[in-house]
Amino acid sequence: MFEELGDRLDKAMSKIKGYGSITEDNISDVVREVRLALLEADVNYSVVKEFTNKVKEKALGEEVKKSLKPDEVFLKILKDELLELLGTEKVEIETKHNPNLLMLVGLQGSGKTTTIGKLANLLRKKYGKKPLIVACDIYRPAAIEQLKTIGKSLGIEVFEEGKKNPVEIVNDAVKYAKENDYNYILVDTAGRLQIDEDLMQELININESVKMHEILLVLDSMIGQDAINVITGFNDKLPLTGVILTKMDGDTRGGVAISARYLTNVPIKFVGTSEKLDGLEEFDSERMVGRILGMGDMMGLIEKAESVMNEEEAEESIKKMKKGKYDLEDFLKQFKTIKKLGSLEGLLKMIPGAKKMGLTNVQIDPKQVARIEAIVLSMTPYERKNPDEIKASRKERIAKGSGTSVQEVNKLLKQFEESKKMMKMMSNGNFKMPM
Amino acid sequence: MGFFSKLKEKIASKKVFNDKKEEEKYSKGLEKTRKEFSDKLNSLNKKYKKVNQEYFEDLEEMLIMADIGVQTVVKFMEKLIDRARKEKIEDPEELKELIVDELFIIYVNDEILVNKINYAESGPTVILFVGVNGVGKTTTIAKMAKKEKDLGKKVLLVAGDTFRAGAIEQLGEWGDRLGIDVVTGEENSDPSSVVYKGVEKGKNENYDIVLIDTAGRLQNKVNLMNELEKMNRVIGNFIPNAPHETLLVLDASTGQNGISQAKSFKEITNITGIVLTKLDGTAKGGIVLAIKEEVNLPVKYIGLGEKPEDLEVFDIEKYIYGLFKEMI
Repeated sequence: MFEELGDRLDKAMSKIKGYGSITEDNISDVVREVRLALLEADVNYSVVKEFTNKVKEKALGEEVKKSLKPDEVFLKILKDELLELLGTEKVEIETKHNPNLLMLVGLQGSGKTTTIGKLANLLRKKYGKKPLIVACDIYRPAAIEQLKTIGKSLGIEVFEEGKKNPVEIVNDAVKYAKENDYNYILVDTAGRLQIDEDLMQELININESVKMHEILLVLDSMIGQDAINVITGFNDKLPLTGVILTKMDGDTRGGVAISARYLTNVPIKFVGTSEKLDGLEEFDSERMVGRILGMGDMMGLIEKAESVMNEEEAEESIKKMKKGKYDLEDFLKQFKTIKKLGSLEGLLKMIPGAKKMGLTNVQIDPKQVARIEAIVLSMTPYERKNPDEIKASRKERIAKGSGTSVQEVNKLLKQFEESKKMMKMMSNGNFKMPM
Repeated sequence: MGFFSKLKEKIASKKVFNDKKEEEKYSKGLEKTRKEFSDKLNSLNKKYKKVNQEYFEDLEEMLIMADIGVQTVVKFMEKLIDRARKEKIEDPEELKELIVDELFIIYVNDEILVNKINYAESGPTVILFVGVNGVGKTTTIAKMAKKEKDLGKKVLLVAGDTFRAGAIEQLGEWGDRLGIDVVTGEENSDPSSVVYKGVEKGKNENYDIVLIDTAGRLQNKVNLMNELEKMNRVIGNFIPNAPHETLLVLDASTGQNGISQAKSFKEITNITGIVLTKLDGTAKGGIVLAIKEEVNLPVKYIGLGEKPEDLEVFDIEKYIYGLFKEMI
């Protein structure tokens, strides 16, 4: 059903196109589609209502009436208004204090503990901080264990005092940090419902006793209409300084980003994008708008590619390609680079217009991918450099070594030849897309 | 006679709830959703003397805000408006009954719904718990384990989440607290091998019920989803017809993505039912209806609180009562 969201907007746009111009009469239909699209993205209902009224008003303005391409102007209004809602200014995380005090709060299961590991990692890597993680979830079984495991894998110290009162733990941690030159203290707290008076009071007490510089609300990006109660509940009780949206690597539209910003007016600072401990990215409102509207995320794709590609290696492959010397070694290297990018389906979804091209329903079988890799790995370095030398007996050995068949080896070699040909054409500049 | 009047009758003759305690649990657990829902419906009925276009728009808004799901609501509204027109209903009070009726129809839809757990006729009953990250799988398993143990059954827990830091310890601590055996493996080991160990122990040592925890996985991650299939095969190879239940655990505060979760998990593996957690924490329990309508999966258990005894077998009549008790 999430694919239907882009469709809804497409439908709305083609309606406007069909009308030729926007009038009081025909705008309602279009606005209804926009409204439903946003609701399906889990944007809060009251926010949607106000938003669509505003868009409607603007769309009826002079500019759109005069335009020859009302659909494009309408889309622009839509994007601009969403951007305004999300805010375009970047607010960096607080780092100027010594030590800095940060606390994560949120519902159960929103992803606080994993996020705190990611955040500590980022503060160390990007800001050169020496972080100390403080375990204050004294309720959930093994929450402290979980944090310690994360700390261990990052080589970051976790301060814990078992099931002592969290206010005392935090105070002890601050003392410990000062004595041991830690300059960033990150406090993990237990998940709680915003209506749980006692547990909310516990957070207030912690904050009153040490005065946090950052209190970040961790929100599951899949949350539904109840988001409004959660966000206002936490915001009313605590001076929130920002929001972190987690599990954005799922297929949620993440409409909660809009609700969060609208209801609290605090910035969204980070988004969680994988289960790995480096899967935390700074929030980018333009990309978010693209995602909510189902229009792809080209920036995200480029960033992702840049993060895993080795520039020199890439250049070398291109050189080799030009000389026609591209061999199976290069093929394997590129293959591994692509694998590092994550799921191919996920990548396809980030390409704007992928839906229209019918690319989003492509299913890539990871088993197939593993087989290709196994075949290439079963070749000797000599064979990889000289694929032409791979004759019958070598093929048989490779098939056996990789647990595949000679047919599959043949198929791979043929595919390789074809991609080599295509690359040659591309690098010679006479490549034309088959239409 | 519509569902609404039947339910009224049943409540009056005390046929719905087993005892007062159970009634209270439903009533309290659904308090937030009910407040949001019936209070709004009541104020809607005060606002409008007659049912008209604006009334229906307000009603639509209400239903969407309860997370019933946009598609489900759009369909529901079409039906309701049609019925109201045919039956010439203009009084909002009269329409209220129609609304409850139609909501019930969404869920029941002329089918006999099985909300009972499919226990094995002989040997251990194997139940696999799956879901995305952070929905409460481990806690749900602990609650269910306690329920079964209290019934005098020999229960075994299997820590199939070898991925998340601390997951094995979390289940282990529950095992200690409840006095129930737990089968564990090494962190980051192949979950299927732990599952195998668990099922083997369950069979050889005559356990009545084997509850298997799995790592949280987002539904769009193909390889993680395939891993589930492997676990299923491992279990089925060892005990025919097992797992007897594969329950998808869903967080009740999830929005439209809950439907995507249910759809994707259903495609990959044979989901037999849903456990809806954290229902007491949300005012938007409407997701029950959306999942039934769009994915056609029955809800088998609901979590109405944090205590082990707060896990309840789901019953649509009790649920509707919990939502509309003031009107009944």
